[in-house]
Amino acid sequence: MDKKYWQSFGELNNTEAFQQSAKDEFREELPFEADDKGLLEAKTPRRDFLKYLGFSTAAAAVAASCEVPVKKAIPFANKPEDIVPGVANYYATTYVQDGEAVSVLAKVRDGRPIKIEGNELSPITKGGTSARVQASVLDLYDTARLRFPTIDGKEVTFDAFDKAVSEAIGSGPAVILTSTIVSPSTKEVINQFIAKHPGSRQVTYDAVSYSGMLLANEATYGKRAIPSYRFDNAKVIVSLGADFLGTWLSPIEFAKQYSKGKKIDEKKPEMSKHIHFESVASLTGSNADEKFLHRPSETGAIAVALLNAINGQAVNISDAKLKAGVEKAAKALAANKGEALVVCGSNDVNVQIVVNAINEALQANGKTIDWSSTYNSFQGIDADFAKLVDDMNAGSVSTLLVYGANPVYTWYDSKKVVDGLKKVKNTISFNAKNDETTQLCKYVIPDHHYLESWGDAEPKTGYYSLLQPTIYPLFKTRQWQDSLLKWSGATTDYLAFLKGYWSTKVGGETGWDKALQDGVINPATLPAAAGATFNSSAVATAANNIASAKKGGKIELQLYQKVAIGGGQQASNPWLQELPDPITRATWDNYVIISPALARTLLNIDLNDNGQADAYEVNPPKKMVKVTVNGKSIVLPSLIIPGTHPDTIGIAVGYGRAKEIGKAVEGTGQNAYPLASLNGNVVSFTAADAQIEATGDTYKIAVTQTHGGYDTKQGKRTEVMKELTLSHFQAEPAEIREDREKELAPFGGLEKFEKEGTIYPYYEKPGIHWGMSVDLNTCTGCAACVVACHAENNVPVVGKPEVMRFHDMHWLRIDRYYSGDVDNPNVVFQPMMCQHCDNAPCENVCPVGATNHSSEGLNQMTYNRCIGTRYCANNCPYKVRRFNWADYTGADSFPDNQRDVLNDVVMNMNDDLTRMVLNPDVTVRSRGVIEKCSFCVQRLQEGKLKAKKESRPLKSGENNEWDVKTACQQACPTDAIVFGNANDKHSAITITREENKLRTFFSLEQLHVLPNVNYLAKVRNIEEGAEAKKEEKEHA
Amino acid sequence: MIPHRRILSKVLFSAVVFLTFSLGNLVKAQDGKALFSQNCASCHAIDKKLTGPALMGVEDRWTNKKNLYSWIRNNQAFLKTGDPYANKLYNEFNKVQMNLFPNLSDAEIGAILKYIKDWKPAAAPGAAGAGGASKAEEGDSTLLFGILTLILAVIAFTLMQVNSNLKKLSDDKEGIPAVEPVPFWRNKAYIAFVTVILFLVGGYLTTKGAIGLGRNKGYQPEQPIFYSHKVHAGINQINCQYCHIGVYQGKQATIPSVNVCMNCHMAINEYKGEKLYREDGEEVNGTAQIQKLYEYAGFTPGQPWDASKAKPIEWTRIHNLPDHVYFNHAQHVNAGKVQCQTCHGEINKMDEVKQFADLSMGWCINCHRSTQVQFKDNGFYSIYEKYHEDLKNGKIDSTKGITVEKIGGTECQKCHY
Repeated sequence: MDKKYWQSFGELNNTEAFQQSAKDEFREELPFEADDKGLLEAKTPRRDFLKYLGFSTAAAAVAASCEVPVKKAIPFANKPEDIVPGVANYYATTYVQDGEAVSVLAKVRDGRPIKIEGNELSPITKGGTSARVQASVLDLYDTARLRFPTIDGKEVTFDAFDKAVSEAIGSGPAVILTSTIVSPSTKEVINQFIAKHPGSRQVTYDAVSYSGMLLANEATYGKRAIPSYRFDNAKVIVSLGADFLGTWLSPIEFAKQYSKGKKIDEKKPEMSKHIHFESVASLTGSNADEKFLHRPSETGAIAVALLNAINGQAVNISDAKLKAGVEKAAKALAANKGEALVVCGSNDVNVQIVVNAINEALQANGKTIDWSSTYNSFQGIDADFAKLVDDMNAGSVSTLLVYGANPVYTWYDSKKVVDGLKKVKNTISFNAKNDETTQLCKYVIPDHHYLESWGDAEPKTGYYSLLQPTIYPLFKTRQWQDSLLKWSGATTDYLAFLKGYWSTKVGGETGWDKALQDGVINPATLPAAAGATFNSSAVATAANNIASAKKGGKIELQLYQKVAIGGGQQASNPWLQELPDPITRATWDNYVIISPALARTLLNIDLNDNGQADAYEVNPPKKMVKVTVNGKSIVLPSLIIPGTHPDTIGIAVGYGRAKEIGKAVEGTGQNAYPLASLNGNVVSFTAADAQIEATGDTYKIAVTQTHGGYDTKQGKRTEVMKELTLSHFQAEPAEIREDREKELAPFGGLEKFEKEGTIYPYYEKPGIHWGMSVDLNTCTGCAACVVACHAENNVPVVGKPEVMRFHDMHWLRIDRYYSGDVDNPNVVFQPMMCQHCDNAPCENVCPVGATNHSSEGLNQMTYNRCIGTRYCANNCPYKVRRFNWADYTGADSFPDNQRDVLNDVVMNMNDDLTRMVLNPDVTVRSRGVIEKCSFCVQRLQEGKLKAKKESRPLKSGENNEWDVKTACQQACPTDAIVFGNANDKHSAITITREENKLRTFFSLEQLHVLPNVNYLAKVRNIEEGAEAKKEEKEHA
Repeated sequence: MIPHRRILSKVLFSAVVFLTFSLGNLVKAQDGKALFSQNCASCHAIDKKLTGPALMGVEDRWTNKKNLYSWIRNNQAFLKTGDPYANKLYNEFNKVQMNLFPNLSDAEIGAILKYIKDWKPAAAPGAAGAGGASKAEEGDSTLLFGILTLILAVIAFTLMQVNSNLKKLSDDKEGIPAVEPVPFWRNKAYIAFVTVILFLVGGYLTTKGAIGLGRNKGYQPEQPIFYSHKVHAGINQINCQYCHIGVYQGKQATIPSVNVCMNCHMAINEYKGEKLYREDGEEVNGTAQIQKLYEYAGFTPGQPWDASKAKPIEWTRIHNLPDHVYFNHAQHVNAGKVQCQTCHGEINKMDEVKQFADLSMGWCINCHRSTQVQFKDNGFYSIYEKYHEDLKNGKIDSTKGITVEKIGGTECQKCHY
């Protein structure tokens, strides 16, 4: 347990700046004009202070003597039966973003959707959500949404628009360019349109495509489709760069499945093994038990080597570490045939064919790969779009309808798309925002947000999910299906069409109502995993193609998607922009990820040199580098991220969007899509030969990496985290508990620690005592909880300049800890929120009693009492208290008084439209008060009231019945967070703590702060560790 | 001599301070009227039956004074003693449970009973002058003290002047060179004294004013329609929940929508009851008010009503809580079984609704301190095993019972989050 955990390089080397920063939570000087002349001669002397005091008192008195404003109470004219003002209704609908479709429930309070929850009836996501799904509710209230239809930029009515369009296109042929359509009824609508406009066709284009997999599956299985993956059936998972927990294919579903293999039964500790090969540090790679680094151009070679090794042939890889890794992976896979799975994130057809061959050799087909249901989420083939671009440039496209797709931004050869668009006579865009492509379209008729829409989705064949509006359309927008129907001469609108489409399938009106209420239509019985016939003829050619592929140059480039931003569709969402990336902990920007080794040679930063590490890390300015690929250049700041291959650099796509799509994208990063290239039929997101040079300039990035660091005199960081290897855990399961016992022995031991380890009195805990447990083994660090917390608790967005000043406000942060080798470290994620200590150090330093303890174990924060001394934050060992340095959410009754203090993004959050997303049950905090995690107290109160109304005890997880779930718990796709009444013997929290006694620990337990949040230690499935421990014992 | 003056001014100062505070205490003393209106008035009147019996002559009806006191404190416990009169009373009033007042001291109950005993029916409107006079009498003692203070202050002042003159004379006599006399308005001691007084009085008034900011006890705005709760809830006995449907379910009690009004008023289109008056005495035509409703509803009597034509009525909101307070009606009315009148006063007697309570935090907290939760009846509280145990073996006073405070109802985050 003496392993060193570090969040930052400064911490690794214990540099001066780190020691300095660990001392103070609030690192900046107080904003006084301090000089040597003393207080009276200072710029704001005592007399001025008195003047201000006098003036403000007088002003307040004058303001207060005004009459109390008359408020109106306006009831409904006709109250709908199911709506009670002040009581939230939940409507099942579906988050649809291009091809991704997630069944969700929208919480609607007084007519406004304010929160998204997962739909537990969906067998795909089982109630899980992601950061992007959670954030999507804010997109509804985006001020940058288009508000009316336009022709040539001028507002027109729908009638005028319809007339103009039908005159322009008549019944002539049109090309409908869409991102993947997962809606079966919409496909039908498109077919109707095509039938009425002979010669028309639909082209599907996905910004981040899965063409390689689709074509590979066509070659080997005869189906242009992607099968279901069953990570829950796999004991060994090998991923070749597939970020399946973060961004790949269906991350929520996979995270749920994956976590099943990571749940540990203490009586019989077993878990799945995950070996990851990657070039640039990713979320999934960080969760792997073992991780090996390679160049992007080596992916194919690794796949071939893996196939060979599984088949008992020699591994032909020169890099010794990598070779060992492949052999190890092959051994583990081969030993678990039928329970093994290999996935690959490459968009290269050949590589995917070889991966298919590997899975076939592992007998995965029909077991961990399930062909009974295939994904509809990504159907685009890049070559189809490339052909469309050629057609447009050749002038053979007269009408182009664009829905969802945004090729001017996402296509690697944007100029060609722009040129082509100019040659198309009629360009019609349905996109909801004035994005890069829409700006070039003549006719613009914005679509509804999904929360305003009717519809259906079929993310996987046989699994349907319905959409229903949760709010009356905010603007003069129209569903694009309505437009298509109208232009095809149909007399019905899309709602009637949709009902007609479904009513026979679901059994008439009652069946339809039931389906709408559930939100999902599932197969009657979930089909058993099925295989498909494998055709191996393509494998040999593919292997040959890989062998003859161009070798990489000195430096290679990997384009990747960030967990929060993805392909860039939701880039204008401030919650997502401010979400610290799980790996880099950076906000608001993209950057070039480079390895510590490359930093040494390229930027002359040696992280082992204390001064240099500090200079790099503590100051926001980062050195800029220029990356050139195929003659195209991009200049971005660089971040040094361990776990990245020394000869690989990574850049996230999705940044550098047009400023028209929202304030949040202004000045955030550069567009990296142009660095991709078309490789045969597919777009390649890697470049085998990239030039990189330092420009000498710097650029400020808001990285939260060094924020919230904490070190106390009483405790070193090692106690924050507990981690074991599986073999170690099997050999000595009680070690953590014994360690705790040993440590606490002088203070009464584990059992009596609470009473004997302190001079404070002991308080009874009658009734309810809230507690939370976070399983570090199943937490993947995906940050869905962080955004859920934002939405639930009105947590403000502070903007990039404020994040750079350590003013970020997240109530819940996910600490990323490294350990081991600096170049390829192990990673552990630890969600850190207020621990609601029963003996809380923050409480007894508050001079005004604004923070105190409740009889239910909550560390209460009373904003109206708080005078902003921030003593509590200084005294908090977990650094989870946040101070409102400004009026971030418009709590102040004086509008615009922060105009020059905050940037436009935050001002935009003060807009009346954006403020509609606020949760009315939670106070919007004003300037000058501390805030922090409240365990979602508004939910606790609501849950208790529900139980009281029904005159029964509170249910918190007994038989999976819940009166209360915190927002983070509900959002978590892996159920890593458990919450409930720890006094209740049958509650989930009590059972979790009981069943995981051996892994349970409290962060900084020895301080006797008595946290109500416990963690379950991370267990890494590697063999090493047990022997070392044994030796250590023998020595001792 | 100078020390004497200091002592004198100190004495005078403390006298004033003492008087100020004791005046404050006088107001707070066993004021039977205040206690009555605070605790009893929502269910009892002295001269007529309300929810409970008329209280005039209550002491004569109860033979044993001790019984009466324990009945007032905890009527439920007293009922169980099987007292025939108590049980008769209980049955006579439809077994409506009287609220429990475990915190009233004997002195307080005595004050209430004395108030009831001394109570005289309000004079008829013609004799309004007499009522006014009696009010002035009430203020008399305060005035008396004030005048006394003032007289004493003037005497003290004169004496001090005399004193200083005498000193001057004696100084002259003894040949001590006279110091240029300082007129009293420039005398630092006087200035300091006056400043302190002004500061105290000003501070008291400012604080009181500041505390009162945003509190609107007695607020009674004119509403778009003269809707009389007295006619609906009082005379016609319509259940509160019929219109305020949210009160059992959610945060807001909700103001009924037009269609709820129209459920009855489709048929009832004239007002035939007693004459209605506004607060200022102006007579109100009830039928015209129903017509106003029809305008909002878009309804013509005798013709079918199209509900979709209705327009909402913009009522003026009376009860306002600050944004940082979370209040939930369902919690109080449904889970806590608190009567509407406890917070809203005798709403069933109000023509125009008036804010009854000041809705201040102190008011909330006081109630949370004394009100019992439905500890035995509501299954939710079964988890408080220890308290159940303590109640059984008498560790917790069963007359006091489990108050809201006892289960954490005065903690910050029960209402502020």
